[in-house]
Amino acid sequence: MKTEVKANLIALQTIVYREVRRFTRIWPQTLLPPAITMALYFVIFGNLIGSRIGGMGGFSYMEYIVPGLIMMSVITNSYSNVVSSFFSSKFQRSVEELLVSPVSPHVILIGYACGGILRGLAVAAIVTVLSLFFTHVQVHHLGITLLVIILTAAIFSLGGFINAVYARNFDDISIVPTFILTPLTYLGGVFYSIDLLPPFWQGMSMANPILHMVNAFRYGILGVSDIRIGVAISLMLIAAVVLYTCCIRLLTTGRGMRH
Amino acid sequence: MNTALSIRQLTKTYGNGFQALKGLDLDVNEGDFFALLGPNGAGKSTTIGILSTLVNKSSGQVSVFGNDLDRDPAGLKRCLGVVPQEFNFNQFEKAFDILVTQAGYYGIPARLAKERAEEYLTQLGLWDKRDTPSRMLSGGMKRRLMIARALIHKPRLLILDEPTAGVDIELRRSMWSFLTGLNQQGVSIILTTHYLEEAEQLCRNIAIIDHGTIVENTSMRELLQKLHVETFVLDVKQSLSVAPALQGYPVKLMGSHALEVQVDKSVGINGLFVQLNAQGIEVVSMRNKANRLEELFVSLVEKNLAKVAK
Repeated sequence: MKTEVKANLIALQTIVYREVRRFTRIWPQTLLPPAITMALYFVIFGNLIGSRIGGMGGFSYMEYIVPGLIMMSVITNSYSNVVSSFFSSKFQRSVEELLVSPVSPHVILIGYACGGILRGLAVAAIVTVLSLFFTHVQVHHLGITLLVIILTAAIFSLGGFINAVYARNFDDISIVPTFILTPLTYLGGVFYSIDLLPPFWQGMSMANPILHMVNAFRYGILGVSDIRIGVAISLMLIAAVVLYTCCIRLLTTGRGMRH
Repeated sequence: MNTALSIRQLTKTYGNGFQALKGLDLDVNEGDFFALLGPNGAGKSTTIGILSTLVNKSSGQVSVFGNDLDRDPAGLKRCLGVVPQEFNFNQFEKAFDILVTQAGYYGIPARLAKERAEEYLTQLGLWDKRDTPSRMLSGGMKRRLMIARALIHKPRLLILDEPTAGVDIELRRSMWSFLTGLNQQGVSIILTTHYLEEAEQLCRNIAIIDHGTIVENTSMRELLQKLHVETFVLDVKQSLSVAPALQGYPVKLMGSHALEVQVDKSVGINGLFVQLNAQGIEVVSMRNKANRLEELFVSLVEKNLAKVAK
């Protein structure tokens, strides 16, 4: 049993190392674009437009949008890391290397999810450093900040995994990010407080899971939030467990991988 | 002698209703060099797919060195190395990294993985290509890299699905020599191939699979003994316009300087030369028209086809 645990730990380390090597090797496609995009957001929304908007939630507009923009990068990058990496493995059939080996489905999943989380955190670090050129960033509650960012990255990594399992071609891996994640992120309180919305749209916004993530993270950084932190974190934990269970089921049955 | 592979009543029906395996039974002993032959679509790759867990079986039992596929798939996988028919590398990874990563999946620590990667890349003549991305390797190199990858965890049973397809003859022979050496070290090997000469040269035992069932399972020697008639092509010195009459030897003229002669094993070949000599026909060279195993294979598959058609 001890040998099996050790073997699985080595396998996990191998998968995580391979995933990190992948996204760092192709850094102009993975790490550079979010840096450029977010720098543009800081300049245009934060500096140029933000200076005319004034304050929001008791902070300058630039300070207010920094947590949202970090979360936006984390969501997009965690998701796209796993969806593109796992789908590429399926497409090239190199996923068979993993499937014929004695690696447990849990190790495979955790390995891919760690790859997504680490890319999300790497991009978050880049965006945070960039934001320091434009504003002062304080951390109100480090524990909540770390918990929320890791949970968010994990949730979207697992989501990306499910997308990759069902995807049959490269178009299928861009549908969810383009038509679901991007609108939900823009409507998830990245650039505004839902207090600005009419009551009906405030209620509708509560159904957007990204709103809870962005606000929980904003609470960790700034100490302000449109929603209750306990509810947001509970919802995120539930989402992570449900997605993890679905992913394990897909891996065990071999959906899209075994005939 | 231990059983390396045991398959009982294995069936597989795909989602489209196609029944690829219809109750397949097969045993391969430890240390064997075993040929699994069959025409395209016979069920060879499905069988290998089930063994490597890339295909889910419909029913039946499979075990490798006593590790049952249903009860202990991880134990089974640790004993098994598979060289698939199609290339399934990450195209962007270097040859060395592919092997070290694969070793990691089997829980082999990095230092040992690197040592083994060097060992197998050297043995298979790929060490100078260690830093080359797999997509830049030639077809033969990719085949050898797949063999190295399948061996990285030192499996007790190695399954090769057409390992020499598209490989030139020189390289094929060096792969045969490598595989023979591996078998002599105690690794049990199952080989599927369309080059029947390869199976005849390398394998001690053979099973022929057709339409999802085993139609023949015996030793190579016993199988070849079943071949009663062999067809030879004789190149003759004289120019002939009609085939000579040869008693007991059906003969056809194949151009002006070649004869195709059927020789029944019970009659023997000496009488043929006596008769040709008597007619003043000088034989320059002779060869089998087809590989002996090929003749048997075709006859067995044709018989089975007739049975299935009924």
